[in-house]
Order: sequence, then C-alpha cells, then structure tokens
Amino acid sequence: MIVELGHYALVLALATALLQCLLPLVGVLTSDPALMRTGTNAAYAGFGLTLLAFCALATAYVTSDFSVVNVFENSHSQIPVIYRFSGVWGNHEGSMLLWLLILSFFSALVAFFGSHLPERLKALVLSVQAALAAAFALFVLATSNPFLRLDPAPGEGRDLNPVLQDVGLAIHPPLLYLGYVGFSVCFSFAVAALIDGRIDAAWARWVRPWALMAWSFLTVGIAMGSYWAYYELGWGGWWFWDPVENASFMPWLAGTALLHSALVMEKREALKIWTVLLAILTFSLSLLGTFLVRSGVLTSVHAFATDPRRGVFILAILVIVIGGALSLFALRAGTLKAGGLFAPISREGALVLNNLILTTATATVLIGTLYPLVLETLTGAKISVGPPFFNLTFGLLMMPLLFVVPFGPMLAWKRGDLAGAAERLLTSALLALLVGAVVLYGAWGGPILAPFIIALGVFLMLGALAEPAFRAGFGKLGFMLALRRLRGLPRSTFGTAFAHFGLGVTLIGIVCATAYQTEAIVEMRPGQTIEAGGYSLTFDGLRPAAGPNYSEERGHFSLRKGGVDAGEVWSSKRVYTARRMPTTEAGIRTFGFSQLYVSLGDSKEDGAVVVRIWWKPWVLCIWLGALLMFAGGAVSLSDRRLRIGVPARSRQRPIQAVEAGE
Amino acid sequence: MSRKQKRLALISGAVGFVSLAVLLVLFAFSQAVAYFYVPGDLAKAKLAPGTRIRLGGLVATGSVQRAAGTQVHFTVTDTIGAVPVTYDGILPDLFREGQGVVAEGRLTADGGFAADTVLAKHDETYMPKDVADRLKAQGVTLGGQETIR
Repeated sequence: MIVELGHYALVLALATALLQCLLPLVGVLTSDPALMRTGTNAAYAGFGLTLLAFCALATAYVTSDFSVVNVFENSHSQIPVIYRFSGVWGNHEGSMLLWLLILSFFSALVAFFGSHLPERLKALVLSVQAALAAAFALFVLATSNPFLRLDPAPGEGRDLNPVLQDVGLAIHPPLLYLGYVGFSVCFSFAVAALIDGRIDAAWARWVRPWALMAWSFLTVGIAMGSYWAYYELGWGGWWFWDPVENASFMPWLAGTALLHSALVMEKREALKIWTVLLAILTFSLSLLGTFLVRSGVLTSVHAFATDPRRGVFILAILVIVIGGALSLFALRAGTLKAGGLFAPISREGALVLNNLILTTATATVLIGTLYPLVLETLTGAKISVGPPFFNLTFGLLMMPLLFVVPFGPMLAWKRGDLAGAAERLLTSALLALLVGAVVLYGAWGGPILAPFIIALGVFLMLGALAEPAFRAGFGKLGFMLALRRLRGLPRSTFGTAFAHFGLGVTLIGIVCATAYQTEAIVEMRPGQTIEAGGYSLTFDGLRPAAGPNYSEERGHFSLRKGGVDAGEVWSSKRVYTARRMPTTEAGIRTFGFSQLYVSLGDSKEDGAVVVRIWWKPWVLCIWLGALLMFAGGAVSLSDRRLRIGVPARSRQRPIQAVEAGE
Repeated sequence: MSRKQKRLALISGAVGFVSLAVLLVLFAFSQAVAYFYVPGDLAKAKLAPGTRIRLGGLVATGSVQRAAGTQVHFTVTDTIGAVPVTYDGILPDLFREGQGVVAEGRLTADGGFAADTVLAKHDETYMPKDVADRLKAQGVTLGGQETIR
C-alpha cells in the first residue's frame, strides 16, 4: 500500500513538474503575474510529492518488503538497519530517485529564497528547473521504476553488494548529488536570463551563492568518496582516475571556474558571456557524469545495471538539455554587451588566468575520459587511459595555477601592482622555500620534485593567510588594532583564505602520500615482525569472527615504536553469507596526519599469510584540505553580502531595483 | 595598452596555453595509454617485448601456482591462445580459477607477461564487459560470470 502511494506520488510529481514548467512560462509570455507566481507553490508541491515517493521506497527498504523487485534485488533482512536505509540509493533506480529528490529540493529552495528576485526571472528559473525535473521523473517512471512489485513475494532478498554496506554509502552519494544537482540552479538561472535577455551584475550576485553551495557540497562529496574507496577497497589508493571519478571531478573543476568568473561579473560586470556559458557547461558536465555512470557505457562499481533503454533515454535528455541551452546561448550571446575594462595584471586578469587553466584542465580530463569510448566505437580498439595520462596532462597544467593562486587576492581590481603583491608574499615564499629545503635535505635521494611541490603547498597555505593579515594591517598597525580590523573584514575574505589554505593542505597531502609512502608485500607467519614507517608490526595470527551477515578471519598485529607498545591493528578477510562474496577490510591506524594501512592477502596451507603494509605519511591532509575548502565555502555563504535571499536593500522593491540597474 | 592590444594579449595567451595542453595530450596519448588484448589477438599482434598492455581473459583452471614469498604464476586464456603471467603481490578478493581477469603490465622477452596490477570483478577499474565481449566474439561462454549490479 505504502509503495503504491509512493508510486502514485511520483506520477503526481511528474504532473506537477509539467505544470510548473508550463504555467510560469506562459505567465512570462503573457505578462500575467498570477501565472508567474504559480511556480512557487508548484515547486513546494513537487518537492513534497517526490519526498513522499522517496519515503515510501525507504519504508519498503527498512521493513524489508521483498515483494518490491527493487528491494528484493538489493537488500537482505540481516543487513543492519542503517545500511538497509542507505541501500535505497545503493542501486540504479533508488539512486535516480535520490537525484530527482535533490533536484526538486533545489527548486523548492529557489522558490523559498527567491522572494527578492525579479518575478519574470524567478518564474523562468522555476520553469527550467521543472523541465529538468519532468525529464528525470519521466526517466525514472519509464525505465527505472523502483516501485514495481513481485508476485509471489520472495522470502529473502538478494543482498546489497558488501562493498556498499558501509557508512560511506550513507554519506557519499547524497553529498555528491547535492553538489552535482545543485549546479542545476546555476544552469536554470543562465537559461532563464538568456530567455529573458537581461544579464547584469545582479544576475551574478544571485547565482554565486548557489554555485558556492553546490561547489561546497561537491567538494566534500568527492572527498568522502575518495576516502571511502581508500579504506574500503583495501588497495590503499585514494584516487584512480576512474571514468566515474572523473565524471564527478569535471563539474567540480568547471564549478570552481564558475565561482571565480561570477566574482568578476558581480564586481566588474566583465566576463558576462563567459560566465553564462560556464554555468551551462558546469551542469552539462554533471549531466554527462550522470549519463556515463547511469547508462552502463562504463562498467564499474558505480554502474549498477546495464539496460540500453536507459542509456538512450539519458542520452536524449543530455542532447536536448545541453543542445537546447547552447543553441539559446548562441542565439543570445551576441546581444550581450562586454563589460568593464581591465589591465592584464589585475584581479580580473588573475581570475581570467584561473578560468583559462581550469577549463583547459577540465577539457583534458574530458578527453581522457571520453577518448577510449570514442576510439572503441570508431575502430574497435580498446585502450585504458589511466593515471599516467592524467598525471602528465592534468597534473602539469595545474601547476602554474597553484603558483598564481596566492597572487590573485593580493591584486587590485582593474589595475594591479604585481611588484607590490610579490613584496607582500615575500615572507610566505621564503618560508615555503625553507620548508622545501628542509624536506629536500631530510629526504635526500627521494623523488626530486616532491620537495618543490611541498614548498608550493606551503606557499599556498601561507599566501592564503597573508592576504587577510595584510588587509587587517598586521605589521603596519598595532597588533590590537590590526586584530580589531581583522574581525571587521568581510566573511568572504576568510572564505577565500580557508579555501586556498585547504588547497595547499590537499596538495601537501597528495605529494607526501604519493612520494614518501613505503609499501611492503610480505609473507608473514604468526610471531614474525616487519618494519614500516618507523613502527614494527608483529603478526599475532588469524582469529575467526562473525558479524550480523558475514564471517571473517581477523588478523591481529601488535605495534611497537622504539621498543614501546604503540597499539594494535586488526585487518580481516570477510565473506558475506548471502552472496558468498569475499571482501578485504583494511586495518588502518592513524598517527597524527599519517596512517599505517594493513591489508590481508591469501593465506597459505602452512599458516603463512601474504600481508601488504603501507606507511602513508600526511595522507589525511588530502581530505582535511577538502574539508577546509568546504568550510571556506560555508563561511563565504554566511557573508552578509552573499547570503541567499539577501540583498536586503533591494528586498522591498525588487523589480524597480533591477530596472534602475539597467 | 589599448583595448585592442589587451584583447590580443589575452587571446594569444589563451591560444598559447591551449596549444600547450593539446601537445601534452597528444604526447600522453602516444606514451601513457595501454591497449587491451586477449591472448588470441596477442599472438597475431606481434608486439615488442616491454610493451605496456592490458591482458584480459579467463584464469586457466589448475594454472595458479604460488611460488616462494608473494610470487604468483597463472595462465590467462581465451581458449585460442594462452599467456603465462607472473605477478608479485596480493591478488584481488574475487580472483578465481576459471573466471575473468584483467592484468596490466609488460610483455617479457620469453613470450610471457609480467603483471603489476591484477583486477577482478568488482574492482573499480575492472571491465568485465571487455573480456566478455572479446570472449563472446570467439565463442567462449563465461561460466559463473556474475555481473556486479
């Protein structure tokens, strides 16, 4: 009954989306304010109905209702309840429903916070959002319906893939989708503005908070996925340049570019055409990612099922949405006037450089991801484009950007003073070089590039701190006065500093964990000892154990450092009973920012076990940096000038304010 | 600088950077990608020893031998050809005799294959479809091949 209710709610959500798409649009065309305003309530209704559908499916999962095909195929009554719940999106159908839920959630947010928007723009944005929602609701209902029943109902489910029975599944996809789908708002704003034919600095001010929010969620979403793969897959890797990872990384890169170009547009009314194009491209890359992951074009742990109908359907959505938006763009871009002038050395110039590098880097990732597919279609040859390709292209192209980042915020708008900026960054640069020299000396004989990149990371971190410090006047004014001025700086200054600082932290984590990790693969018998990262591990033997739906062999290792006890590590080989599927549970022990990572291999007849042990120095910095970037986004969002729903000044007279700005 | 000169500087800078990127991509494609072969095609392809490839097929039944330490020997077959593979490390959880596998590494001078990565089934970069397509084209049916959902 509940499941049928959910099914019905989803059909109603589709109908609501169609209304929400058409009515406000007709309202705009006929200049009928009453029709324009229907979008708001339709958006709330659409969200409510989709939420109802989602809750119905979640109920079926939590109560293990195996008469539902989707639950039967992807769940099991012995799975702990939290994984039964997160299992809702651990399969194709449920995950598309989550996608749709988040899309309608963002529509509702626009409806709620958009009271200050010009009515025409708001109506058009909601209409475009609804068009997307309708397309995906139709996709779910027509090709991926999670509400279909089985008769007779089986007694037990086929189990959830053991790899997915983890808190990672509970956190990673929702965060990722909040980011991925969040960019739909920027897309809708871009298309709405193109239809309306009015794009000015105010547009950028409205779009930037949404871009910032989506970007922040995407940042943690990707970082969470990376950490999940790191501890769950048991091979100690945290990024594989897998096409599916690239699919989420490309919108992130383009979204980062969008954040920065929208800044130029908001402050200086320059880069208008480019920013609108980026807003379209960013969400197009999100859609492309959805297509790559969900169509079955790529086979990976993320591709739950392959059904050609689905691929064709998403491809059709992709072509219509992206093609339509770009055609509209081509039609209208010529009518947009170029904005303010600026010298090459200026804040704008630095942000243009940022955009140039980020978009080029995005393009190389796109080429590396799609080339194997294209080549196979054209010639039948199968190639794998892996880390060597991306390190060489993406890695090298990003280096200049990392070096330029600290300079950007130091330059003034319009015309910057490069020598002055360099002078202010001198201390940071010298300290960074000092750190690099110490690392070079300490790790003599190691990879020669690593100390330089670490120095670059330190430069990024210190440079990020130097900017607010300089603006507050530390070193020039008295300490107390500078501290007071620091507190008076706008929040977005701290947001920038946090995010750029986090970038440096991530860079250092990546370099240290890649260049200075040690790896040992050895055969160990109980009682044997091995050295890793200054710790000695003694293998004490395997012990059988059992969990709620698996049995396992747990290997116990005692750790000692300099003869002193330093704790223990468990690592195990599990077999999940329902699918008879073996998995490796890595044993991870954290020391500061570094980790000792122990993974078990096959055991031999004589009691020996193959053990793989990594020492991963500073590896936690990779994800810590991403969290700092998220914090930067959150701090910026809380800025009075940026908060969604503000600017307070124009709140009373939204329409007049825009007309005045023309 | 006049407006025109500024625009020219901007465009030439952008063109320069993008050309650099294009050159890098072309270079990387010639150096850093691995072609996929099944044993039957490998014999025909006559590649030079040391070429980096991906080798896919079935693990021949009864061929897995664990040597001293962490060394493993096994044979990858597609029923037409067979290639002996050596690997030093931990095999993936779902590595089984008679089931699909993809190994990445280099051809050795004696006609064998030294793998540095072995992927099986649910591993993220594993592509069972590739193996399945090639094997199906050669008339081999995959017993017990459970696709991951």
